[in-house]
Amino acid sequence: MPIESPVPAAGEEYPAGLSRRTFIAATAAAGGATASGLLAEPAEAAEAAENGRVSLTVNGARHATTVDNRTSLLDLLREHLGLTGSKKGCNAGACGACTVLVDGRRVVSCLTLAVRLNGADVTTVEGLADGDLLHPLQQAFIDQDALQCGFCTPGQIVSGVGCIREGHTGSREEIREWMSGNICRCGCYPKIVRAVEQAAGRK
Amino acid sequence: MSPQPQAAVGRPVSRVEGRLKVTGQAKYAADQTASGTAHAAVVDSSIARGRITGLDTAAAEACPGVLRVISHRNAPTLPYLPNRGSLNLPGERLHVFQDDRVLFHGQPVAVVVATTLEAAQHAASLVHVQYTAEPSATDLTSAPADEPTTYARGDAAAALASAAVRLDLTYRLSRMHHNPMEPHAIVTRWDGAELTVWDKTQWVQSTRDELAAVFGINPASVRVISPYVGGAFGNAARCWPHATIAALAAREAGRPVKLVLTRRQLYFGVGYRPAYEYRLSIGSDLQGRLTASVHDLRSETSRYETFAERGVLVPGRMLYTTPNVTQSHRTVPLDVNTPTPMRGPGYSTAAFPIESAVDELAHELGIDPIELRRRNEPENDQASGLPFSTRRLRECYTVGAREFGWNRRNPKPRTTRDGDWLIGMGVATAVYDTLRAPAQAHVRLDARGTAVVESATSDMGPGTYTSMSQVAADALGIDVPQVTFRLGDTTLPQAPVHGGSLTMASIGSTVQDGCDRVRQQAIALAVGDERSPLYGADPAAVVVYDGRLHVKGDPARGETYRQLLTRNDRTHLEATGSYTPAQSRASMHAYGAVFAEVAVDARLGMVRVRRMLGVYDAGRIISPKLADSQAIGGMVGGIGAALMEHTVTDHRDGRIVNANLAEYLVPVNADVPALKAIYLNGRDDQADPIGVKGLGEVVLVGVAPAVANAVFHATGRRVRHLPIAPEDLL
Repeated sequence: MPIESPVPAAGEEYPAGLSRRTFIAATAAAGGATASGLLAEPAEAAEAAENGRVSLTVNGARHATTVDNRTSLLDLLREHLGLTGSKKGCNAGACGACTVLVDGRRVVSCLTLAVRLNGADVTTVEGLADGDLLHPLQQAFIDQDALQCGFCTPGQIVSGVGCIREGHTGSREEIREWMSGNICRCGCYPKIVRAVEQAAGRK
Repeated sequence: MSPQPQAAVGRPVSRVEGRLKVTGQAKYAADQTASGTAHAAVVDSSIARGRITGLDTAAAEACPGVLRVISHRNAPTLPYLPNRGSLNLPGERLHVFQDDRVLFHGQPVAVVVATTLEAAQHAASLVHVQYTAEPSATDLTSAPADEPTTYARGDAAAALASAAVRLDLTYRLSRMHHNPMEPHAIVTRWDGAELTVWDKTQWVQSTRDELAAVFGINPASVRVISPYVGGAFGNAARCWPHATIAALAAREAGRPVKLVLTRRQLYFGVGYRPAYEYRLSIGSDLQGRLTASVHDLRSETSRYETFAERGVLVPGRMLYTTPNVTQSHRTVPLDVNTPTPMRGPGYSTAAFPIESAVDELAHELGIDPIELRRRNEPENDQASGLPFSTRRLRECYTVGAREFGWNRRNPKPRTTRDGDWLIGMGVATAVYDTLRAPAQAHVRLDARGTAVVESATSDMGPGTYTSMSQVAADALGIDVPQVTFRLGDTTLPQAPVHGGSLTMASIGSTVQDGCDRVRQQAIALAVGDERSPLYGADPAAVVVYDGRLHVKGDPARGETYRQLLTRNDRTHLEATGSYTPAQSRASMHAYGAVFAEVAVDARLGMVRVRRMLGVYDAGRIISPKLADSQAIGGMVGGIGAALMEHTVTDHRDGRIVNANLAEYLVPVNADVPALKAIYLNGRDDQADPIGVKGLGEVVLVGVAPAVANAVFHATGRRVRHLPIAPEDLL
């Protein structure tokens, strides 16, 4: 199907409320139907937004709660449970700042809907320390100065805990590869690798 | 007064707020989750230039949870009083929701306020906006420019014409976005006419003054709080339009509002490093001594404000001995939002063309690139005529060449292979000026011998909390854990913007002054107190170490702060420190030599950095552990600039097509191999009282050209634009 140029010439108008991307999708899907007719659909869907019940464990504490079906695990943690350690860096699964462990596996919580986590066991950065005793990787981040601004740090540490549990710490190269889902814009990467090495007992 | 023992400064102290950050307890702006706070979502324009002709908010307003939809149709007129502070620029800042004009793609056209984030985001997607689009221009290369800023010395045209060697080169630098990990976020709360703001900002005063000016209220009625900043690199120094939106939304909705820009919105809701076209002609004699250079620059700005990078013309005037120099810098107004300083502003822009051209000249003449730079090392600053306060570039080259193994480099390009990989080594010089600004700090030492030091500065990652605690600890003669440093609140003593590498020099000198005053108060109290072992001692001979005052050279004669203050019924001593930079009688800059080794896949053109070394002359290093992190981070940022980072605009409609972290590439862990930084021991006492020259900017400056020069050495292919892509090398 041909996709026509979505860009209006000077003086032309964009169809109401459409970004170029949705306009491309809409015109492609409708095969030339007017875009405005398609817009009613999401609007109706919004009115039908529903809540769901979910029961899950976060850092050892049970939570049974009603959540908006649209709520991500990240927003549940941050906005409803007061656990703001996990960060929203991109909300698109590209930066890793929101990384938590779900049933022991690393996930990006921004792309995980909360309602589908019934029975799940979630660990966030707030759940790693044993009282005042830091998790060895938390201590290693301080020792190696593997952080600067600190915003990606919770995700890096949780991801590093996952990396160590998965056994991907055989070499610096392996750690670098398996820690590459977590962006650090301050550029602490070599020190993050050293911190993971330290906590993994490699040095 | 006797100099205090240096016990904390210069030691590898761990980040004092590290524990809060590794446990997730450090509260960034978006982490404020007071109950009753509403959420805001911004609707942004989908044209680059034109007018809003229709704005249907009915569907959005019908959504459960939506409290308000605000646009130019219903927003109150805001005063937008002049504000010469807050880093506002020539022109007029963007006014939000005040008329139907659209000035760039992504301009805010409405905001939805709702009880939940989900409701706000969804309702924002239902706001129907219609536009009449007008032709827009977003391409730097084809639009008309403003009148230039110029500089000239000697007769560059004549010198070029008679030069033994002459190179005429055009370099292009892509637009780059800071992309700190923390998106811009703000929480606003009105209590009557008083506004409290939790903001992501490098300068709380900037947000305070701008919001006060926009809303026409007294700055004293605005309090801005920002204890932690999740990176910024320059883009949180100004107060951007979303701050006004959040404050307006809170006022209209009658409750606190949290607004967090999406990652996509960070590409037009806040500033960026502008794209450049940089034409450079250089002439030299056959020994590689520069005789002339001509620099003609064009950079993008918005139509409503003029942004020109400070410092972009400086290296061309002072980095190398050049008798004849002509420069012009034209800004090109486009239908885009306004750029802003990004780490190493100006200097890092100029470094790519200048350091590439010097490398090209060295190759042309068959002279080693370091030797060529040595031959052009000036004896004083040729632009100002001033002597250098300190300039140890020769030493940077020597140490760097030795540590990096420069002598193993075969001068001939494309001669070193490792299997499929072509191996190359490159070098570049870094320079950034030493900035300082007036500041104040309050110091309170209590009878337990602990201190609280406060200044309204910021810590976006370099470690202000830690380094200021080190300076205070030594000046008071106590241990670092006994010091609490507070920042990021407009109720604290005034501080300049946390940027331009001026924080350590300015706030550090201020903190030292305040602590010196408190220590001298204590000493005066002791030597005048008959019950003190120090009674009658010469105040100038008394030092404090580990919380104990004693006569220098006679540690037995003394007493602790606790003993002194308790006996005198004093709960505390306090003083306000201040710092005002002296007029400089020297040219003050931080310097560095950056070395890079790259491997380029001979068939695929893929570039991998293998190792880097930076050697820096940055004056005294207060906090070596954190300074090392800064340098490593600068190299990582420079690798991004060299090989990845590029904001791509569709010039048909002004839309940024890669406004996300999946398509705007930044380095990840796998991209970053062995990096090493060396700071030369020393201090610069002309620069400021604590002898520092600033280091956060200079560590980025030379990285991209060092990588580019290594790519040339590996491949024999000279790429004169950034970033260097695989297709450039095929």
